[in-house]
Amino acid sequence: MKLSLKSQRLLIPYLFLLPGLIFFIIFQLYPLFQGIQMSFFNWSIMPTKPSTFIGLANYLRAFNDPIFGTAVQNTVSYTLVTVPAQMILAMAAAVLLNNIRRGKALFRAIYYLPVITSWLIVSFLMRYFFQTEGLVNYYLVDVFHLAPEPVAWLNQAATAFVAIDILGIWKGIGWSMVIYLAALQGIPKELVEAAAIDGANRWRSFFSITLPLMRPTIVFTLVMLLIGGFNVFLSVYFITGGGPMRQTEVMLSYSFHQAFDFLEFGYGAALATIIAIVLVVASYLQLRYLRNPQYE
Amino acid sequence: MKNKKWIGSLILYTLAVVGGVIMIFPFLWMISNALKENVFVIEYPPQLIPNAPSLGNFVKAWTSQNFQLYALNSAFVASISTFLTVFFSAMVAYAFARFKFPGKEFLFFTILIVLMVPDVTLIIPRFQVAKVLGLRDSLWGLIVVYVAGSASANMFLLRGFFETLPKELEEAVLIDGGNYLTVFFRIILPLSTPALATVAIFSFLGHWDEFTWALTAIDDPTKRTLPVAIYSFIGQHTTEWGLVFAAMIIALVPVLALFISLQRYFASGLTAGSVKG
Repeated sequence: MKLSLKSQRLLIPYLFLLPGLIFFIIFQLYPLFQGIQMSFFNWSIMPTKPSTFIGLANYLRAFNDPIFGTAVQNTVSYTLVTVPAQMILAMAAAVLLNNIRRGKALFRAIYYLPVITSWLIVSFLMRYFFQTEGLVNYYLVDVFHLAPEPVAWLNQAATAFVAIDILGIWKGIGWSMVIYLAALQGIPKELVEAAAIDGANRWRSFFSITLPLMRPTIVFTLVMLLIGGFNVFLSVYFITGGGPMRQTEVMLSYSFHQAFDFLEFGYGAALATIIAIVLVVASYLQLRYLRNPQYE
Repeated sequence: MKNKKWIGSLILYTLAVVGGVIMIFPFLWMISNALKENVFVIEYPPQLIPNAPSLGNFVKAWTSQNFQLYALNSAFVASISTFLTVFFSAMVAYAFARFKFPGKEFLFFTILIVLMVPDVTLIIPRFQVAKVLGLRDSLWGLIVVYVAGSASANMFLLRGFFETLPKELEEAVLIDGGNYLTVFFRIILPLSTPALATVAIFSFLGHWDEFTWALTAIDDPTKRTLPVAIYSFIGQHTTEWGLVFAAMIIALVPVLALFISLQRYFASGLTAGSVKG
């Protein structure tokens, strides 16, 4: 039997959606609701022991948990440090590469190298550099005499975050840079030349012509980097594991540790739900108010 | 005037080189350490150029325990997930790009919202789902989760691309008696090779490097993927950085090969504004 084109048009879209949608429902949508449900339980991982419904107790616990407070603070300050640093350095690199004639592609590839390298590799490289007998201390103490004795970077939260922040910035620059470089190449040369004829110097024309024209691109990277910043997880997991004394936990690592190290699945799920709500609301607001038609 | 220009470009190149050195510096140390065999205790002062470079660490890492099996596991998981991701995301994107159907807006919005939920927060319930479906401790359990996540993410990029394709060709095929499957396989897919390649590359990299789900879902040591294997390798050889770095470099080789051979797709995928590495 051959269906008419008209009935095909009604049925066909669903057939095309079906395989992708089955995966989406089972492994994305259902887990999302299952996670919310778990967050209201004292979830038991033993099949013999039933889980008990405890209402909002896990959420109350989260709001009174000083370590979760620390984790939120750490996540926010990681984002506040790494996002502007990545954007400024990426912009500088993009302007630089846009102005050199030869070797642009080579430099672009080199700057992009950290982006494509996995978090596992770069995190352990950082751990190697920042260990007390490591390269950073060697340069600080023995080569440049900037510190009297080796710093135990990874043993205190504040200095451990120096390593985590540097990693986040270094690994991220190439991503924004490639996007800025593409945007810079799309800016009509006539505009910049006209400004030069009118007597504007390079700084002036960069701030009054180039930057305003790049606004949509900059907003796009800002939104993506903010989301990325709040998603910080693997670097912390690999470099400090949340220690010492859980002082370097970020939101995602703390939720993960609660579930898989302390086997507090219900509490871990509640933390995960809080993070998911914050991220969805924040991304929604960013997309809504900083909307950029070019990237839809 | 000419002189000034020359000095200007000298400054630009110096800055670009300094930036490049900063970006590549950690990798140089990684390679240097991997080439130092038998440096069990941390060497002080550190030497960037090894005294007696050798490939011993690479040989030792490659032939240790089940390293080759782990590489095979990773290759299997990453290639199947990538193939399914490209195929399913293209199908979904085609439905969204070319058809009107009841529930379209709602579905689109739902996928968009769910995408913003971090993967790590879904791990706990996914763990439960995988247990119920008997997918725990199996490579297929990794594949289904990877496909679910990246198929919906890449759908947005492909939908945008499909919408830029001219409709006339498709209409001609339909008038000549072809059906929508013919249109999809003979027109849409062949015309979209660059976009499909971009999706394939980024999916492959993501699946090849994925750590958290592979760590949680797999207990059987023979079913580990490379990232998890390297992670536990680090646990066993904490002070043997040379060996650890050699193992990491081996895992990095396919990534670099992809990056170098398909560079133009990396740039286009990013500027389409849909992938955050």
